[in-house]
Amino acid sequence: MVEEIGTNTEGDLIINVGPQHPATHGVLHLVLTLSGETIKKVEPHLGYIHRSIEKMCESLSYRQFIYVTSRMDYLSSHINNHACALTVEKAMQIEVPQRAQYIRVIMDELTRIASHELWWGAMAMDLGAFTPFFHAFRERETITDIMEKTCGARLTMNYMVPGGVMVDLHPDFQKDVKSFIQLYKSKFEEYNELVTGNIIFQNRMKGIGILSKEDAISYGCSGPVARASGVHCDIRKLYPYEIYSQLEFDEILDTAGDSFARYMVRLKEMQQSIRIVEQLIDNIPEGEFQAKTKAVLKLPKGEFYQRVETARGELGVYIVSEGGTTPYRIKFRSPGFSNLSALEHMVKGLKIGDLVAAMGTLDLVIPDIDR
Amino acid sequence: MQALTTRAKAVDRRPMTFLERLYLWNILKGMLITFSHIFKKQPTIQYPEQKRPFSPVFRGLHVLNRDEEGRERCTACGLCAVACPAEAITMEAAERLPGEENLYREEKYAARYEINMLRCIFCGLCEEACPKDAIYLSETFAPASFTRQSFIYGKPDLLIPDPKTQPAELAAAKGLS
Ligand code: SF4
Ligand code: SF4
Repeated sequence: MVEEIGTNTEGDLIINVGPQHPATHGVLHLVLTLSGETIKKVEPHLGYIHRSIEKMCESLSYRQFIYVTSRMDYLSSHINNHACALTVEKAMQIEVPQRAQYIRVIMDELTRIASHELWWGAMAMDLGAFTPFFHAFRERETITDIMEKTCGARLTMNYMVPGGVMVDLHPDFQKDVKSFIQLYKSKFEEYNELVTGNIIFQNRMKGIGILSKEDAISYGCSGPVARASGVHCDIRKLYPYEIYSQLEFDEILDTAGDSFARYMVRLKEMQQSIRIVEQLIDNIPEGEFQAKTKAVLKLPKGEFYQRVETARGELGVYIVSEGGTTPYRIKFRSPGFSNLSALEHMVKGLKIGDLVAAMGTLDLVIPDIDR
Repeated sequence: MQALTTRAKAVDRRPMTFLERLYLWNILKGMLITFSHIFKKQPTIQYPEQKRPFSPVFRGLHVLNRDEEGRERCTACGLCAVACPAEAITMEAAERLPGEENLYREEKYAARYEINMLRCIFCGLCEEACPKDAIYLSETFAPASFTRQSFIYGKPDLLIPDPKTQPAELAAAKGLS
């Protein structure tokens, strides 16, 4: 922690942005060194919202720990749960029924759309446009309604259990999702007209916060941030899990690596997610939604790792098991942490207003960075 | 590593036309879209005057169930407390005395049953674990209070109204009236 405001020996201004600051989307704490309005140094300080989720998981059973991870990246909580369930299934070699796999993937993609929607609205708000936020939330609301009807909660879905999903789909599910897809398609043009095609927006995004392909790799960036710099890193393509290998969808790439590229990649990804949902929604097979598992799960002794693609990038779950009912050690590789570390490189030498714009395109969720 | 280059799609970056580059036109266009929404259907719900219905699977505040005769279903087995990842449930068991058969369904019952709603993460595992269908998560949500202590719900807060003696309250609690 530094003084509220101060100067260093070279006469540069040192200020705190956050932890309670509207532009940092949560409780991110940045210490900026400024020369006039030019950014010389950005130091993220973590720990404000540390809840030691990894340690907490060590005392929870393999059924329980899945639900705690909803609180990491709360915007794609379903995908977090998915990663944990997959790791347990991989370790115990549980065969997941086809129906459950379809449901999981549909839910994953809906979560991804909801997360990107929120990012879109919040990022436009970072740049001073207030209306897009409401537009984004109108569509996102439809997804959360679907989630609530199916899973029982709107944000922390807790729909995963090792071996499948908790409850079966409700009868209206297909109808609801299809009407959402229609609504979304009718509104998507509006997004582009309102924000993407706007010259003021483009001037603030193009050529700002450039991250080269080499840097993206060396900082360990993943997800849309790395893909906007031209790195092939979609886990759904590289290491397909569930039924992703049978699906028809594109990995969106750009080579510019600037804020606008990251923006476009996410926007196009939403459309690819819609494409995936459209392929699956009519073909959900009949059958079990949950594999038969024992009431008390015991992982065999060993180390297990599974990665998935969340809305922000690659999430890895690493479990060390001693053969008991609780993990010996658990580690999450969260996408936000690596993406945040590239921030200083991106904004060095830019003006302070560009910091907020560049940070918006990183799509940071602080509880995910700081578990 | 077979899938490295399959079906990747580059973003199209076409330069802007002259009209698109005009600031004033862009501002006007944005305003037009925004104002056109005045005449469209309003998606807003005026909470708390208006309320939207919740789905039956919604996980809200807990309810301790009674059977048709108004007897408490819970047998104080403690399975819900074991299943709870947040350790939010505490209970004390007691033996049913002769003459209390009309109060408790099983021979053992929960003399004290508390859920700390501030600890609870509303995961629904207690509902899954209960062998007697005694606890379930209702559709009520958003409790408000001034003290932390009042969020520790005891049995009086959790039990649903008795269908025999308080049918009106039960109907209200179930959202039927
Ligand atoms: S809903 Fe989950 S956290 Fe809450 S009391 Fe039940 S088991 Fe515990
Ligand atoms: S609520 Fe159900 S699980 Fe919990 S003690 Fe009572 S009977 Fe057992």
